[in-house]
Amino acid sequence: MSSLQEPLGLDKLPSMSTIDRIQRFSSGTCRPSADDMGMGNCWIEGRGCSSSNCYEEDYEGHTRGTFSWRRHTRDLSQGDSFNRRTMSLGRNHMMCGTVWDSRYFPDHQYNSESKDKEMQDLTNKFWKGIPKFVKIVEVGPRDGLQNEKNIVPTDVKIELIRRLVSSGLPVVEATSFVSPKWVPQLADARDVMKAVQSLEGSRLPVLTPNLKGFEAAVAAGAKEVAVFASASESFSKSNINCSIEESLARYRAVTHAAKGLGIPVRGYVSCVIGCPVEGAIPPPKVAYVAKQLYDMGCFEISLADTIGVGTPGTVIPMLEVVMAAVPVEKLAVHFHDTYGQSLPNILVSLQMGISTVDSSIAGLGGCPYAKGASGNVATEDVVYMLNGLGVKTNVDLHKLLSAGDFISNHLGRPSGSKTAVALSRVTADASKI
Amino acid sequence: MSSRHYNFLSNDKSIRGFSDKVLGSIPEYVKIVEVGPRDGLQNEKDVVPTPVKVELIRMLVSSGLPVVEATSFVSPKWVPQLADAKDVMAAIRDLEGARFPVLTPNLKGFEAAVAAGAKEVAIFASASESFSKSNINCSIEDSLGRYNDVALAASKLSIPVRGYISCVVGCPVEGMISPSNVAYVAKRLCDMGCSEISLGDTIGVGTPGTVIPMLGAVLNVVPVDKLAVHFHDTYGQALSNILASLHMGINTVDSSVSGLGGCPYAKGASGNVATEDVVYMLNGLGVKTNVDLQKVILAGNFICKHLGRSSGSKTAIALSKITAHASKL
Repeated sequence: MSSLQEPLGLDKLPSMSTIDRIQRFSSGTCRPSADDMGMGNCWIEGRGCSSSNCYEEDYEGHTRGTFSWRRHTRDLSQGDSFNRRTMSLGRNHMMCGTVWDSRYFPDHQYNSESKDKEMQDLTNKFWKGIPKFVKIVEVGPRDGLQNEKNIVPTDVKIELIRRLVSSGLPVVEATSFVSPKWVPQLADARDVMKAVQSLEGSRLPVLTPNLKGFEAAVAAGAKEVAVFASASESFSKSNINCSIEESLARYRAVTHAAKGLGIPVRGYVSCVIGCPVEGAIPPPKVAYVAKQLYDMGCFEISLADTIGVGTPGTVIPMLEVVMAAVPVEKLAVHFHDTYGQSLPNILVSLQMGISTVDSSIAGLGGCPYAKGASGNVATEDVVYMLNGLGVKTNVDLHKLLSAGDFISNHLGRPSGSKTAVALSRVTADASKI
Repeated sequence: MSSRHYNFLSNDKSIRGFSDKVLGSIPEYVKIVEVGPRDGLQNEKDVVPTPVKVELIRMLVSSGLPVVEATSFVSPKWVPQLADAKDVMAAIRDLEGARFPVLTPNLKGFEAAVAAGAKEVAIFASASESFSKSNINCSIEDSLGRYNDVALAASKLSIPVRGYISCVVGCPVEGMISPSNVAYVAKRLCDMGCSEISLGDTIGVGTPGTVIPMLGAVLNVVPVDKLAVHFHDTYGQALSNILASLHMGINTVDSSVSGLGGCPYAKGASGNVATEDVVYMLNGLGVKTNVDLQKVILAGNFICKHLGRSSGSKTAIALSKITAHASKL
C-alpha cells in the first residue's frame, strides 16, 4: 500500500545502509523444531532460542532472554500488549514470536483455544518438511551467461566467479564444454577453468555433452561435471539433436569414464513440467529419466522447469512421482521464473523435502523460447526467502549483491533480481541524505 | 500456448490430495481484489486521463474480477493522480459484474464518495505508529477515531467498509512490526464494523517466516473469512507469501494488473504483485477465481501501452512474447 497522502519523501527517512536493511528484514526467523511443536504457540526469538533450527543473532537493547510461553502470557496480563511492542527492537533483531494470548481478548477465550490449535496445526504442517539447510547451486556463469547475446570477456567471467565463490555459495557452475559452435558464449571454457582452478571454497562443476566434452573438461582441470537429458522427446531432439535414449547412452559413457577418475556427475532433466512443443509432460516420464541418470551414477539430479510454466499444482505431483524413484536428498530443483512462479515452486519443493536449489545471480539467463521473457530465478531473491524462512545457506547476501552488481554493470542493464533492485534503490536514495 | 495446458493435473482429485498434504487448507475459491486503478495509478508520475482509467476499469470488470478498487477520495492536494474521482465514478456507474470500493480518508471523503455514487468504501490504518504519523499525519489511535466516524456513517447507509492495515510485517522507519500490533489494529477495525481487513506488507519485506506468525496472531482475533492479504513484490516475495497465506486459509488476495504501482520507499523498485501472475498461480493450484487470465492480460496490455512501458507481470510478458514469436510461423 503506497502513501495515501503526501508521499513520504525519502529525505524524511533515516539513512539506512544496505547492510542495515538486509539485516533488518532478511535475517532468519525462528521456526519451531520438532521438539518445540508441542510446547505451545510461542516461538522463541533471538538469542534465547533453544531450537537448533533457529537463526541466531545478537541483538541490542533486548533483555528478555529465553522467552517462554508461560512467562509471556503472564507479562501480557499485566500490561497493554500494544505498548509492549515498543520494547526496543535492536538493529539486528528479528521478532519471530507469535503471541496468542487468550487472556488479552477474554471474550474470545473459548474460541481462541481451539483456534490456537488449528493455527498451530496449520503452521506445523507448513514447516514440517522444510530442511534446515539448503545448498544453492549457482548457475549464473554457465546457464546465465550462455544465454547472453554479447559474449562476456573471460576476465569478467572469472571475476564474477570469484565474487560468487567469496559470497559462500557452495557450488558455482563455472562453464560448459559444449562445442563453441553451439555455445560461442562459453568458448573460453578452458581459460576460465584454468583461472578458477585455485579458487577455494566452492565446487566448480562444468557441463559436458558427451565423452569428448568430458575429456576436454578433465584436461582443463574440471573436478566435477554435469550432463543434461530431457523428459521430453521433442525437446531432446530439437535441443541436443538426439532422442532421450540416445542421450542417456552418451551419458552412460561419461559417467563410466567419470567413475574411473572419481569425478562426480550431476544429471539435469529438462522440461520436467512442460515442453514448448509437447505441452504438459507426464511425471512418470520425468521419473524415468531421473532414475536412469541416477542408476548410471549421477550423484544428484536437477529437475528443470525449462520454460517456467510450473506452479505448485504441477510441481508437487511431479516431485511426488520422482521421489518414488530417486531419493529426495539426491534431487535438486531448477525453476525458471518466466511466469514469476519460481519462488512458490521452490517453497513447495522445500516442503516436500528438497534441499538443493539452483539459481542464477541477478536472474541471468533469459528464456530462449519466449524472447525477452525471464529465465532463471535470481539467487538474491532465493537467498532472501531462505533467510526469511530461517533456512541456512551459508551465503552472504551482501556479497552476493556485489557479485550481481558487478555483472549487471558489465552487461549494462538492471538486475533481474527484485531483492537486488530494492536494496540498491534504498541505498542510492539514502546516499542523497 | 495457454497456461491451461499445465494445470491438467491439479484438477485431478487424487492430486489435490497430494497438494493438501503440503499445502494445508488452501481454499477452493479465492476472491481477487484488483487495486490497479487506485493503488496502481495513484503512484504514477504522470496523471492518467479519465477515459483511459474508465476503459481500464471496464476491461478489468469484463475479465471477471469480482472487486475493482475504482478510485480514491483522498484530497487531490495529496493525490493529484486521482483528482478525477467523481468523474470516474460517474462513468462506471452502469458497469455490472464487479464491486467498486473507493478509498476514503475521513468522514468528509466518505461523504464525497457517497455523493459521487460509491456503494462501498475503504479506510486505511497502520500497524506502525511511525508510519501512521508520517503517512497520514496522525497516530494510529487518532486514525481509528476518524475511521470509527466513517464506519458509523457507512453503517447507517448500509455501505460496507474495508479496512486496510499497512506495514503488517515491516516499516521503513521502525523495522519489524510485532504481530500483536497487527492483531490489535485488525481487531479494532473489525469491531468498528469493517467487513474485511486487508493486511498490507507495504514495503514488501515479508517472507513466509514473518507472514505466518503475523497471520496466526491476526487469525486469533479476526475470522479468516474477513481477512485479505495485500503483498508487495518489492523483494520478489509476494507469490510465496500469498501461497503461505492460502495455506493458512486466507481466501482474498489483493493484486494490481501488470503490477502497477511502485514502491515509494525504494524508487524504481516494484510494488504491488501483478494480478496476472497471481491468477496464473491460482489457476495452476486449481483454485477458482472466475477470472479470465487472457482478458486481464488484455487490460494490462492496454494500460501499459498508454503508460509507454512494459508490463510488470512476468506472466503477461511470457505469454505475449510467445504469441509474437508463434506468429512468425
